[in-house]
Amino acid sequence: MAAEQKMTYETWPASPEKQTLEAKNKFLGFWFFLGGETVLFASLFATYLALKDKVPSSDMALAKDLFEIPLAFMMTMLLLTSSLTSVYAMYHMKNFNFKKMQLWLGITVLLGLGFLGLEIYEFNHYVHEFHHSFTSSAFGSAFYTLVGFHGGHVAFGLLWITTLMIRNSKRGLSLYNAPKFYVASLYWHFIDVVWVFIFTVVYLMGMVG
Amino acid sequence: MSTLAQKKGFGATLWDYLTTVDHKKIAILYLIAGGFFFLLGGLEAMFIRIQLAVPNNDFVSAGLYNEILTMHGTTMIFLAAMPLIFAFMNAVMPLQIGARDVAFPFLNSLGFWLFFFGGVFLNLSWFLGGAPDAGWTSYASLSIASEGHGIDFYALGLQISGAGTLIGGINFLVTIINMRAPGMTYMRMPMFTWATFVTSALILFAFPALTVGLFLLIFDRMFGSNFFDPAMGGNTIIWEHFFWIFGHPEVYILVLPAFGIFSEIFAIFSRKRLFGYSSMVFATVLIGFLGFMVWAHHMFTTGMGPIANAIFAVATMAIAVPTGIKIFNWLFTMWGGSITFTTPMLWAVAFIPSFVAGGVTGVMLASAAQDYQYHDSYFVVAHFHYVIVGGVVFALFAGAHLYWPKMFGTMLNEFLGKITFVLFFIGFHLTFFIQHFLGLWGMPRRIFTFLPGQGLETANFVSTVGAFFMAAAVIVLLINVVITTVKNEKVGNDPWGDGRTLEWAIPSPPPFYNFKQLPLVRGLDAYWLEKMEGKQGMSPAEPLGDIHMPNNSFIPFVISFGLFVAAFGAMYRADYSWGIPVLIVGMLITLGSMFVRSIKDDHGYHIHKEDLEDNNDKGVKA
Amino acid sequence: MKRLAKWRLFSLFAVMALVLSACSGKPYLSTLNPAGEVAQTQYDLMVLSTAIMVGVIAVVTVIFFIVVFKFRRKDDRIPKQVEGSHKLEIIWTVIPILLLLILAVPTVSATFKLADVSEMEKKNEEGKTDALVVNVRANLYWWEFEYPNQEIITGQELVVPTDQKVYFNLIASDVKHSFWIPAVGGKLDTNTDNVNKFWLKFDGEKADEADNLFYGKCAELCGPSHALMDFKVKAVPSDEFDQWVTAMQEVKEPQQAETDLAQAGQEVFNNSCIGCHAVTPANTAPEAARLAPNLTNFGDRERIAGILDHTEEDLKNWLRDPETYKPGNKMTGTYGELTEEQLDALSEYLMGLKVMEQ
Repeated sequence: MAAEQKMTYETWPASPEKQTLEAKNKFLGFWFFLGGETVLFASLFATYLALKDKVPSSDMALAKDLFEIPLAFMMTMLLLTSSLTSVYAMYHMKNFNFKKMQLWLGITVLLGLGFLGLEIYEFNHYVHEFHHSFTSSAFGSAFYTLVGFHGGHVAFGLLWITTLMIRNSKRGLSLYNAPKFYVASLYWHFIDVVWVFIFTVVYLMGMVG
Repeated sequence: MSTLAQKKGFGATLWDYLTTVDHKKIAILYLIAGGFFFLLGGLEAMFIRIQLAVPNNDFVSAGLYNEILTMHGTTMIFLAAMPLIFAFMNAVMPLQIGARDVAFPFLNSLGFWLFFFGGVFLNLSWFLGGAPDAGWTSYASLSIASEGHGIDFYALGLQISGAGTLIGGINFLVTIINMRAPGMTYMRMPMFTWATFVTSALILFAFPALTVGLFLLIFDRMFGSNFFDPAMGGNTIIWEHFFWIFGHPEVYILVLPAFGIFSEIFAIFSRKRLFGYSSMVFATVLIGFLGFMVWAHHMFTTGMGPIANAIFAVATMAIAVPTGIKIFNWLFTMWGGSITFTTPMLWAVAFIPSFVAGGVTGVMLASAAQDYQYHDSYFVVAHFHYVIVGGVVFALFAGAHLYWPKMFGTMLNEFLGKITFVLFFIGFHLTFFIQHFLGLWGMPRRIFTFLPGQGLETANFVSTVGAFFMAAAVIVLLINVVITTVKNEKVGNDPWGDGRTLEWAIPSPPPFYNFKQLPLVRGLDAYWLEKMEGKQGMSPAEPLGDIHMPNNSFIPFVISFGLFVAAFGAMYRADYSWGIPVLIVGMLITLGSMFVRSIKDDHGYHIHKEDLEDNNDKGVKA
Repeated sequence: MKRLAKWRLFSLFAVMALVLSACSGKPYLSTLNPAGEVAQTQYDLMVLSTAIMVGVIAVVTVIFFIVVFKFRRKDDRIPKQVEGSHKLEIIWTVIPILLLLILAVPTVSATFKLADVSEMEKKNEEGKTDALVVNVRANLYWWEFEYPNQEIITGQELVVPTDQKVYFNLIASDVKHSFWIPAVGGKLDTNTDNVNKFWLKFDGEKADEADNLFYGKCAELCGPSHALMDFKVKAVPSDEFDQWVTAMQEVKEPQQAETDLAQAGQEVFNNSCIGCHAVTPANTAPEAARLAPNLTNFGDRERIAGILDHTEEDLKNWLRDPETYKPGNKMTGTYGELTEEQLDALSEYLMGLKVMEQ
């Protein structure tokens, strides 16, 4: 099946994301890429755990002084929900319902933006209220690197999904762009899973002590 | 290189190579760039040996020596050995599995240009205030303390070229999984393809650790973080772990493809199928797996305690078992065979004793309590040169001779090839064997000079003499390449006469679409099977039809160039006001070209059936 | 053909014997001349593993030569395509495993033995250890040796008693180094982050062979003069060691120079050098203030700056331009230009800093 062919609801296959060889390659390659990303984040987690609460003087803020459940919980809910909305989007993609897919992707992007906004507020809060910055201690460096890397991934994911939405807004779904949407949503799920670990390891475990 | 290129004129050829997404041309790019860096690394090696020829020598100064030794190691591993291996993987693997290209031709090109710009960036340090000087391992306390921008060049350059390698690894994995010809099951794949597969998996899981390590180093040096500053709560041992979690698999990333090349050579030139193919596959996978479990044996003297040391010691020893399996399988591949000593076979045969010597010292090093004596002494230097030169470099020479006709359509001169071999073989053992003893006699590694009266003079001089033999060998090889290229005598599909795998069933060099019709694979050594049944070539697995090909693209070059620019900005951010703008411009170039790639549809093009019928096995341009 | 092979073998052994006799290196430096329990343990492991490995190499070599000579191409026949042999493959999987087990057991046991520093934890009533402990602090490019129980500090030259275990605490104050006395035992890194502990034992007889002076090395790349970051180990019988300790402890105040020239030198020293170099052995100053080697017993030492001969001429050369002798050292440029007269006086004074009667 040629990728650029015009499709209808009837001709739209069950898994439009893996119809062509290019799509299959993209699908598999992206999974491998996520495998590499997993190692990347695992390394960052290891660094964080090694340097957690390692500060030069005892009057500096530690994890248990910094983190608050409500904010972290709100961020978690936003991102988890956005993962769910991107599932809806892919559901509509599989049903060749372009408008609804765009709608749900739009909601996903908004939720992601909300998350990012809270994260920026959070970082700002730590820097100004607690003097806990990237350069203030090894703990600060490790914290901002881990959470910041994740935040960077969120930002990149938002740019990516938005680009896809705008680029394809006029021309609807095809077997050429279906895998692109699919892979972007896969990426979004991955970011979400990483956040679940950050929430647990950094925030929950941080507050326990 | 090709006749087609000569007709096109220099500018057009250059543009063609700058934009190519053809795995065979990318292979040539890797070969040229990797070859260039190999010569550079070799030159640095010569400086090292000249400096150490006599005690208290002042051929180079202490600081410069550290830069040379750092760049020798870094260049040889990241910019010579790996790209040269990638050259062969690119040139041969898609042909061996009967594919028309790799899974991601665009990313293949991107991977090359990232590597290339990373390598160029790293080497520009020589002209911009000094090269990195903390060893290729760049241990954190020293690399943080190092003044100037040398280490910044190291961290940023490797970050860029490392990204290219990672992309290459994913590409090969997907290619092998998704694009095998009909009938090419996993257990019919040639050993070199298997090695490529396992190596790519190692790259995928090992390189991110280096990426993180380098990020931490970059942040500490350029952006004020405190990962490696004990006074601020940091810990330098983190770097050692990350470096070796990457660094040890890296050893296997280098040596497994070398094993793959030798497996092909032993079978071809013994006219015999690989002995114990399935145990070879098993051993390769096992080595790859164990390669991740043993990184801390590089850190026995770091003070991890006896429990960790003992565990890593025993785990490391275990790797000797699959490696031993391979050695014996190669020997028994030759047993009962009909051996011809062509140049590739000479390298392969010489590899066995050389590599076994490196392997047994590896077991000695694995034994933690002894390692306290060997660690960071010339014994280690001898060991890893036996493994990397005796294993990897031998394989690169062997592979160059073996696959030269397939890549360029003409054979390297056998006589000169054998001279190269003899000179290099003598030089190699002369240089490195004695270094085992230097280490045992108490000579630490990475010293810019040694004092007289410690019993180290003679051995060091002998070692230097050996290095000149190796240099002479490389010069003969270069002459060989020039002569061969000038003569350009064309050869047929199977110039060695005993080719067993698919790449020997198609013309040398292959047409840009590789296979007019995908071949039907009926077993291991697919082409050999057909030959034994008296057939001329492979049976096609599909009717002649249109072939879908990817378009050339300049975007990979631009993406890589953007990162190259951004790296300068990041590095000079603290020194000059233009640092930040340059960083931003560089990132904009990269992200912008990625954006263009993303929004511009690229469906490729088709070679039509009729054109294929018209042109029998000639290069076709659609 | 057979005779030729025999002859080859014989000459091979002759060469091996020759090489081996020349192969053990210098008694004060070589790991192949083990001068203590640690080095001996490691040497025994080397011998064991070498023996196993030579066995493996022998097997490979025999097969290798048979293959290479017997199966050269003679005609155009196609050899039988053999898939493999389970029996053979099992053999060359199981035998290496057994060989590795033979090596693994002593390796693990030696690894634990060499890491046993429990004696360092046992404190007596005074809060000190009965065992002899030395705190080693590595710096660019010099070594400090502190004896916490004896409350003395020295630099560049470690003094230890023979035939008893000496325990070490190792740390680095700037970048990572590694503490290695090849003839006496394998190395341990001096990290910047944490203290590493291990022990060594210096064999009395072997120390005699080495003129009681072992060479120590830095084994971790640490900067331009990494190659020159040597130290020396004076291994002496324990009564002599005790004398040395007592003599050191008796230096409460800086020794007064005796000759006029030396007094002038002391004045120069007090003006230019004392900010970094102490001449009393007590460990009263904090680590961070101890910027350079302690010179209390400088006159007794065997080398200047760890590498130069112990003569006045070398000392003056060193003081004139340390950068030439140890590139990148931290002393260069810290004390201004010294006149020749000052140099004469200073070296006279420094050479007179002795605690042991000659």
